[in-house]
Amino acid sequence: MFKGNAIKYGNNVDTDVIIPARYLNTSDAKELASHCMEDIDKDFVHKVKDGDIMIAGKNFGCGSSREHAPLAIKTSGISCIIAENFARIFYRNSINIGLPILECFDAAQDIEEGNEITVDVISGIITNNTKGKTYMAIPFPAFMQDIIASQGLINYLKERTED
Amino acid sequence: MGMTMTQKILASHAGMQEVKAGQLVMANLDLVLGNDITTPVAINEFNKMGVNEVFDKKKIAIVPDHFAPNKDIKSAEQCKCTREFVYEKGIENYFEVGQMGIEHALLPEKGLVVTGDVVIGADSHTCTYGALGAFSTGVGSTDMAAGMASGKCWFKIPEAIQFVLTGKMQKWVCGKDVILHIIGMIGVDGALYQSMEYTGSGVANLSMDDRFTISNMAIEAGAKNGIFEVDDKTLEYVKEHSTKVPVVFKADADATYSRVIRIDLSTIRPTIAFPHLPDNTRTIDEVGEVKIDQVVIGSCTNGRIEDLRMAASIFKGKKVDPKIRTLIFPATQKIYLQALREGLIEIFIEAGVAVSTPTCGPCLGGYMGVLADGERALSTTNRNFVGRMGHPGSEVYLCSPAIAAASAITGKISSPEEVM
Repeated sequence: MFKGNAIKYGNNVDTDVIIPARYLNTSDAKELASHCMEDIDKDFVHKVKDGDIMIAGKNFGCGSSREHAPLAIKTSGISCIIAENFARIFYRNSINIGLPILECFDAAQDIEEGNEITVDVISGIITNNTKGKTYMAIPFPAFMQDIIASQGLINYLKERTED
Repeated sequence: MGMTMTQKILASHAGMQEVKAGQLVMANLDLVLGNDITTPVAINEFNKMGVNEVFDKKKIAIVPDHFAPNKDIKSAEQCKCTREFVYEKGIENYFEVGQMGIEHALLPEKGLVVTGDVVIGADSHTCTYGALGAFSTGVGSTDMAAGMASGKCWFKIPEAIQFVLTGKMQKWVCGKDVILHIIGMIGVDGALYQSMEYTGSGVANLSMDDRFTISNMAIEAGAKNGIFEVDDKTLEYVKEHSTKVPVVFKADADATYSRVIRIDLSTIRPTIAFPHLPDNTRTIDEVGEVKIDQVVIGSCTNGRIEDLRMAASIFKGKKVDPKIRTLIFPATQKIYLQALREGLIEIFIEAGVAVSTPTCGPCLGGYMGVLADGERALSTTNRNFVGRMGHPGSEVYLCSPAIAAASAITGKISSPEEVM
């Protein structure tokens, strides 16, 4: 369960604006997070609080395969991303690093900046506490739920090799 | 039920007779690729796994091409950490500056990918090898780490859009115009989670370099991969470059597609993508007056020999507009040498073009041609997102090498016919 305020963006948010390539000369997660979203939202790093939930339109995370993008978002404090849909590499990368992301058209359309949101990742139920509404996301296949429960692909694989 | 070409390749690598769209499979990998940006993150993940060795020293390729030759001290540290990992693990396919080229031009040239292979790369343009009739797709660093350790990767079996190509491209039209035309038509999410499969009599009229460009930008339509039906040209290319044995997969006659799109190549006009998305396209006839500050010809999309020949045929005996910075990046050392032997480099330098060693640098705003606020670049690269080539207030227009060369001469986006 996650609870936080919504920070909202539009369609086709690409990984170049999530973390510009000029900062890819490091893989330090904290340093990356300090530049997260800066080319479309200079305020993001100042306003984001631990647990906040990112809301976006369609094709979120398109472009480059840089895992630095979901890593920067996760390290910035965002607990979960809800979008109409995601670019496929970003989708994989988020699951693989243990950042929950949900596809839900209704929530992506209806939630507004600053709304207080509660997310149950397992059931896919998203609650908008500000508006008193609930939305239903597409739940993850069991395999991906296991990866998220293990906090990422590497732990998931380790747990299974050690069995 | 019939399977698409991509489904057949994935089924064979998952040890299955049949797969269906939406199914999750674990497939064996023929090659795992990384570069100097994505490999350091993968090394962190690899080390967390508690594995000492990579699954196969011959089946991993690492190419320092993004911020190499080292752009600054931090990049040098990233390249150093990558290099140390390569030597410690005994990875055989590592290409140091001097042998290095832009990864997606280099790997086919070195014969490391052949028809029928399954390849993952921690770089989104890994989809380039679909031109060879291979399944290849971009992944992140964690998938790369798991791939290096296990030789396996999980995939969701994709649906496909079938593109039936007919006819022959007009003069000054090339693979770049075809793919920009397609992205303009279906949108940057038009093939999300899907394969783009190219077939039809028009495929025979596309060179291998055209096909590499078209497959390369499948990701710009959101696709998982962009793959060409295999023909004699493909097999000739593979034979010339590799000792590996190609395996040809053909889509079943009764395969189902989410969409079938027919394109007559003879109707495609030179196409330009305006800021800030690759699907914001206009034909050269609709461009109007767009002045530019910089022209870049190169990248994994358009840094191959045919691209350089096309540019040189326009630059020959002419001069770049003195207000324009024009940079050309041959994609590999082999292409550079060939261009030198054919006299293309001389043509470029005499025209006032700066010619560089291979690097991805300018394409992603890393170095070697970064833009200032308000500046405008015309580029044969693949992305024109906000801030892609430098300052968030700069602009990138995407085009073919022919348009890029003609525009470098006039100082505004122009057709080759205006200068020839």
